[in-house]
Amino acid sequence: MTAPLLEVEHVSKRFGAFVAVDDVSCAVGPGEVVGLLGANGAGKTTVLRIALGLLAASSGGVRLLGRAPDREARSRIGYVAQGLGLYADLSVRENLEFVASVYGQPRPEVPDAFTDLADDLVGRIPLGSQRELAFACALLHDPAFVVLDEPTSGVGAVARSALWETIHERAEAGVGVLVTTHYMQEADQCDRLLLMASGRLVAAGSRAQIVAGTTAVEVRAAEWARAFEVLSAANLPVTLAGTAVRVADVPLDAVRAELDRAGVGAQLAPVAATIEERMTVLAGQA
Amino acid sequence: MTGTPSGVTDAVVRVGPRTALDGVSLTAEPGAVTAVVGGDGAGKTTLLRVLVGRVALDAGTRTAPDPHRIGFAPATAGSWAGLTVEQNLAFVGGSYGVDAPILRERTEQLLEAAGLREFRDRPAAQLSGGMRRKLGAILAMVHDPQLLVLDEPSTGVDPVSRVDLWRLAAHAAARGTTVVMSTSYLDEAERAAHVLVLDAGRPLAQGLPAAVVGAFPGTLTEQERPVRPAWAWRRGRRFRELWPPGGPPSGAPVGALAEADLEDVVMARSLLALHGEVEAP
Repeated sequence: MTAPLLEVEHVSKRFGAFVAVDDVSCAVGPGEVVGLLGANGAGKTTVLRIALGLLAASSGGVRLLGRAPDREARSRIGYVAQGLGLYADLSVRENLEFVASVYGQPRPEVPDAFTDLADDLVGRIPLGSQRELAFACALLHDPAFVVLDEPTSGVGAVARSALWETIHERAEAGVGVLVTTHYMQEADQCDRLLLMASGRLVAAGSRAQIVAGTTAVEVRAAEWARAFEVLSAANLPVTLAGTAVRVADVPLDAVRAELDRAGVGAQLAPVAATIEERMTVLAGQA
Repeated sequence: MTGTPSGVTDAVVRVGPRTALDGVSLTAEPGAVTAVVGGDGAGKTTLLRVLVGRVALDAGTRTAPDPHRIGFAPATAGSWAGLTVEQNLAFVGGSYGVDAPILRERTEQLLEAAGLREFRDRPAAQLSGGMRRKLGAILAMVHDPQLLVLDEPSTGVDPVSRVDLWRLAAHAAARGTTVVMSTSYLDEAERAAHVLVLDAGRPLAQGLPAAVVGAFPGTLTEQERPVRPAWAWRRGRRFRELWPPGGPPSGAPVGALAEADLEDVVMARSLLALHGEVEAP
């Protein structure tokens, strides 16, 4: 097995009495696309900052590209922030040239996709193109490992598809990719997922592996609005999908009992939980 | 459900030389959540602003309740940073003329539903992104509007808060409100009762999510490598590819037929809009 590009071993981070990260271990290997998911405050950003050497762990160890996460290791990392980190009042070409000079790279060619936009100000080009440019900038110095924060947020279907194509092409060339995201559509593009809640790594694996063990009850009722209100009033974790009411991680009989008590006729069926439902359950337990 | 639907018919909006909405029709029913989905520049925000009466149509018609029966949470915060959660609700409720006892009751219900009860005394500026979005949504609901319009309420919101936001929208729908929300994420749109997919100001698909998915415009296969890259898109390590309704020609190196989801339909329809008719290999 090839050595991982990123290895996080038993990392904890305390801020005073507050434990932001609690004994987290994970690894990303060459060519892997790994998704890091969690609610706000789950500890994703703190783990990431420790992994990149921007913050010291209270305990545990990190190896990035086989060494301590120092400047040298960081110089071989590509990073695309959610805010993209581009200069809106520089042109596409100027952004590329500036980033290349920061990394000591030769003056770059403008990629084909930007031929018609090369001299346009970045603030004036569509969001999909901005995201693509942020990728191009982050990949200019041929990094071995890239970190992407919600890389396809807000763009249309075709632009999103092109962005994932770029990500997977790099992965197939051996680059390790860590994607932090809130979105299940992005999670579906990853080889493997890591789920954090309250500072801990609470689940890891494929989407199917992560939702296994949690079921939801789907309630179909002619009076769906009443079913929804009755189950909400009973403090059950209800959501609505179309006109089907869903209740996650509650036994079917318990759901039926509430509906019967209120005299709401309904058909109930156990269904697979969504990953959001699983996360809500895990966040509640953590 | 009683009540009149809201919506637009053949809506056209021009912004300078650009056509932001180009012949869009939408009927949003009371008691249901309607999702408007698309990427940047699709026309989602323009459509929502037309619905709430903030943007005028250049052509077409609009049907909506009186302005004071509309609630709107714009994509930007939509709350007063210096006021606490409770002050925000009191201020907005008061400005809509909600009677004090009703406002008190609504405030408690909405704080509970949004999971913001413990944060009632916190200034909006000190809320997390997810909590701030939830506050924006309940401010739009405080006067019990007939039409509730939420512009990308879940963008940048963590999954747990997102479930809360969906629940808030569902609560409003269950009370008979017409709920219209926009999103750039298709997995979210799939949970609505009615979905309108926009692309560059034009409708790509519309209807019950299941019906939109059921009307996949051709045949879908999944395999390791695309046969015609212009007609294929990624799904993790594998590719999905669009073929004419008759399916791929025999002998084409394709994998198994795949079951389409909303993302596949939107990709397929986007590619058709981009390249014209699906070509044979």
